Amino acid sequence: MRTFLRRNPRILLGGTIVVLLVFIAVFAPVIAPYDPTKVDVTQGLRPPSAGHPFGTDDLGRDVLSRVIWGSRISLSVALISVSIGFGLGVSLGLAAGYFGGLFDLLAMRLIDTLLAFPALLLAIAIVATQEKPEIQYAMIAIGIVAVPAYTRLTRAQALALREREFILAARTVGARPVRIVFRHIFPNLANALVVQATLGTAGAILAEAALSFLGLGAQAPTPSWGQDISYNARYLPNLFWWMSLAPGTAIFLAVFSFNFLGDALRDALDPRLRRAA
Amino acid sequence: MGQYILRRLLLMIPVAFLVSVVVFVLIHLSPGDPVAIFAGGEVQDPVVIAAVRQQYGLDQPLPAQYVIWLEHALQGDFGRSLRTRQPVLEAITERLPKTLELGGAALLLSIVIALVVGTIAAVRRNSVVDLVATGVTIAGVSLPNFYLGIVLILVFGLVFRVFPPGGYSDFATDPFENLKRLVLPAITLASASTALNLRQVRSSLLDVLSQEYLRTARAKGLRERTIVMRHAWKNALIPVVTIFGLQVGAILEGAIITETIFFWPGVGRLAVDSINGRDYPVVQGIVLLSALSYMASTLVVDVLYAWLDPRISYRSRSA
Repeated sequence: MRTFLRRNPRILLGGTIVVLLVFIAVFAPVIAPYDPTKVDVTQGLRPPSAGHPFGTDDLGRDVLSRVIWGSRISLSVALISVSIGFGLGVSLGLAAGYFGGLFDLLAMRLIDTLLAFPALLLAIAIVATQEKPEIQYAMIAIGIVAVPAYTRLTRAQALALREREFILAARTVGARPVRIVFRHIFPNLANALVVQATLGTAGAILAEAALSFLGLGAQAPTPSWGQDISYNARYLPNLFWWMSLAPGTAIFLAVFSFNFLGDALRDALDPRLRRAA
Repeated sequence: MGQYILRRLLLMIPVAFLVSVVVFVLIHLSPGDPVAIFAGGEVQDPVVIAAVRQQYGLDQPLPAQYVIWLEHALQGDFGRSLRTRQPVLEAITERLPKTLELGGAALLLSIVIALVVGTIAAVRRNSVVDLVATGVTIAGVSLPNFYLGIVLILVFGLVFRVFPPGGYSDFATDPFENLKRLVLPAITLASASTALNLRQVRSSLLDVLSQEYLRTARAKGLRERTIVMRHAWKNALIPVVTIFGLQVGAILEGAIITETIFFWPGVGRLAVDSINGRDYPVVQGIVLLSALSYMASTLVVDVLYAWLDPRISYRSRSA
């Protein structure tokens, strides 16, 4: 492991930022200097200072504390939606690729249908079916939108693998399909899926921020990066820039670190994928 | 080639059918009375309610409702806006030119930057331009466009006051003002696609530049510029066409956020206003139309791709 990391410093760098982000999210209650929802109008709209390094918003809430707590929403939405996309997408892809035939045909038409919708718009349409937007719906919507990427990747690899000798050998000794799929095909996909899930996490953070920005994700007063930008943008004409820029920079750093790590993992784990990208 | 297009069209039919089913299901999952959706608001009069129910088949079983809905949709009747009572299609087509203007400008900007910078980065690999371009590429895909938009508004619209921070001016009345107001939103909308296009131009050009036929071209004594622009580009830009074509289909999606930030009165802004106003028929209409335009652009890309690279249609014919 140590040699692997030494040979791939980009993974080390990207991984460190990601670990740091997770640390901030987990220990937000300890790290954040103030209660992110505590209103103190007398302290409203203060520019960055020693007491409030990122300033305060119109209700006097500490922007730094809200950015720290906001990482919880971003990362938990990313974790859950990537799990939904991964779980559904990989299962469908494995089944379609291994069994083929009519199931494959129907599954791929379903995926084509999902792909026919622009991703953000489909997520919006799913969340918009609810009377009151809530963060759970955003998680589900982002997860569903991510399914095709995992299915296509898994199916293509499963199709190629099922003709290989070691699978034929497993079949010859009487291994059942479920065992072949999970014990022999799935482990061979792990590298490509790790890369996809890392890049997918970046996409999910971005999607959550976009939905929250549009008022379809986390709801006030929950601290959320996307929602905070949208709420604070009304003060831009007064040049109160800190309230919007701090959460925006947080989104950028989080998405950048996962993209950076994903790219580095792709280069290290699968040189063929790198050429295809 | 004709056969190839025909086959692609036939493959589109089941997908288009499923897309329409998804949109129909989304309409039915939406809260509120469907009568209100088609009548354009809450209706009290029982006679009107009965008439709308009958006209749209709302008193029939769900599959029959789907068929009736599809008939209406195929004729361009997507119901009426709950807020303005305006027909949905009219509300969309009225704003479409503004979205196309913004999207077109963004795509043009994106492709020009990607071609110029991507080519320099590939030809001068590992040079400063290349390193900066590669860094900007990852940053570009990671930058949420609403964040970039806000930074641009702050810097160029409010601090230096070079461009207006938002709003729209009709091209016919004041072309100069129209273009001035176009600059910031177009840059915002172009950011992510520029990053993707740049990466694609660079990597496919790098692939092509090492091939034998270019060595031959060099051996013939051709100038480097001729080699890149006449010989390398032709093959390298085929994958770029795909990505670019898909971006044309996705203009509406990108416009949603950009138009909201810059108060650009296009279809994207209409979508957001309709979501906030719980105006479901307009939201579903936009979703359906953008899915169809996305599918159409995928088809055009596939056909163009097969035309540019005849190996593709031959391969799929033999498969």
